[in-house]
Amino acid sequence: MLEITTTRHNHMIDPILSVWGWEIPVYLFLGGMVAGMMLISGYFLFKGRYKETNCSCYYLPIMSLVLLSVGMFALFLDLEHKLYVWRLYTTFQVTSAMSWGSWILILVYPILLANMLMSPHKLIVEKVPIVKKWQEYLLSKPLLIKNLGVVTMFFGAGIGLYTGVLLSSLGARPLWSSAVLWLLFLISGLSGAAAFVHVIAKNVYERELLAKADNAFLIIELFIIALFIIGLKTATEVQAHAADLLLFGEFASSFWVFVIGIGIIIPLIIQLLAVNHKIHHTPIAPLLVIIGGLILRFIIVAAGQYSHWFALN
Amino acid sequence: MARYGMVIDTRKCVGCQDCVIACQAENNVPEGFCRDWITTESQGKFPTLQLEIRTERCNHCTDAPCVSCCPTGASHYHDVGGVVLVNHNECIGCKACISSCPYDARYIHPEGYVDKCTFCIHRVEKGQDPACVSVCPTHCMYFGDFDDPNSKVNKLLESRKHHSLIPEAGTKPNIYYLI
Repeated sequence: MLEITTTRHNHMIDPILSVWGWEIPVYLFLGGMVAGMMLISGYFLFKGRYKETNCSCYYLPIMSLVLLSVGMFALFLDLEHKLYVWRLYTTFQVTSAMSWGSWILILVYPILLANMLMSPHKLIVEKVPIVKKWQEYLLSKPLLIKNLGVVTMFFGAGIGLYTGVLLSSLGARPLWSSAVLWLLFLISGLSGAAAFVHVIAKNVYERELLAKADNAFLIIELFIIALFIIGLKTATEVQAHAADLLLFGEFASSFWVFVIGIGIIIPLIIQLLAVNHKIHHTPIAPLLVIIGGLILRFIIVAAGQYSHWFALN
Repeated sequence: MARYGMVIDTRKCVGCQDCVIACQAENNVPEGFCRDWITTESQGKFPTLQLEIRTERCNHCTDAPCVSCCPTGASHYHDVGGVVLVNHNECIGCKACISSCPYDARYIHPEGYVDKCTFCIHRVEKGQDPACVSVCPTHCMYFGDFDDPNSKVNKLLESRKHHSLIPEAGTKPNIYYLI
């Protein structure tokens, strides 16, 4: 028999840690989506696809900018001491993943704005005429565009992996103590972004390409989830307990049904049939992928807080 | 360089919660919250049961994850004794430190910053013991400097079997429990 009782009763700490609500999963999800969109957009720039007038690299940067801002607003809402948010930018803490993330996010904005110079909105050109000159200069330098594509991909990958590192650097939560969590979030972000661009792309080639790419991302994601769970199960006792939360425990039903079933397996089957021309492309599969990605973040954040060390004598 | 910590005799602790009340009064801890608490652990099989009552708080770890994960530097090691403190004016309330603490020793103060045990550093700097230590009716708690080989806390650790909490988390906690 082992019985532990405590007189501690701190709000949001006891009986189960629940300091992070909906804001953090939403931010991690949108951060992942933006990461994936930057990787896709950067890749198209690098490959010279911007020569096609309906290339998605023309509208993905503005969408990324909006989604990232919404994500950062969710992050802001999560802060308990909101008026002190500027403190993040008066220092750089090299050991803090969150400090790295705040600075990376700030650096991403000028990169997205540079991407938007490829095709600035008419209103902006009217109000700020110099933008037109910058656009002409950029479009006259193919090597510069190629390099912009590389930088966009680099920072896109940076955001995507950061969203995972943010959690896995917090070693007190056994579920997050995994070396592949960053990879899971990065590939899930890529998969969500590929699904999203697949739906909105005006270019038929891109639509087909992203449907195929998304299938590959979903298969890789399944492997990484398997690695994530095997890694936890074969690690310390507390990590094995944490993996059980997803396999058979409190979060198992939502994990298997929404993340694995509805978020990966079903859309994968639909998209495999679509790319093999057995059925028409449908927005249902990408929508399921995006919902699955969002629920994955909710489950990982909630189950991670639920998992804990045992302070045994 | 001093390294402050505590040694707590679990054979003397009766779980009276005087330390909890003293802390709340001394540090004006908001209602419904606590910086220290009592844990009772019973294990074994009848009739050979083992009971340990202990008073717990922030372990003021030498390798504190709450300090290394703080994005603003609000969580820091104090110059005196390496005590882990939170600068309220720098804390943005991101709660990363709360998630990083294996002891769940931190909480969000209603005013928005993260709060925790300070080892009553304001008293210690005046040469007094922390409030919880000074009120303990069974004198089960000892506060001192682990870097001083002649300190009472080091002598106690030399003379008695002891353990710390979750040493496997690798945070090098500075509170030890005599068994």
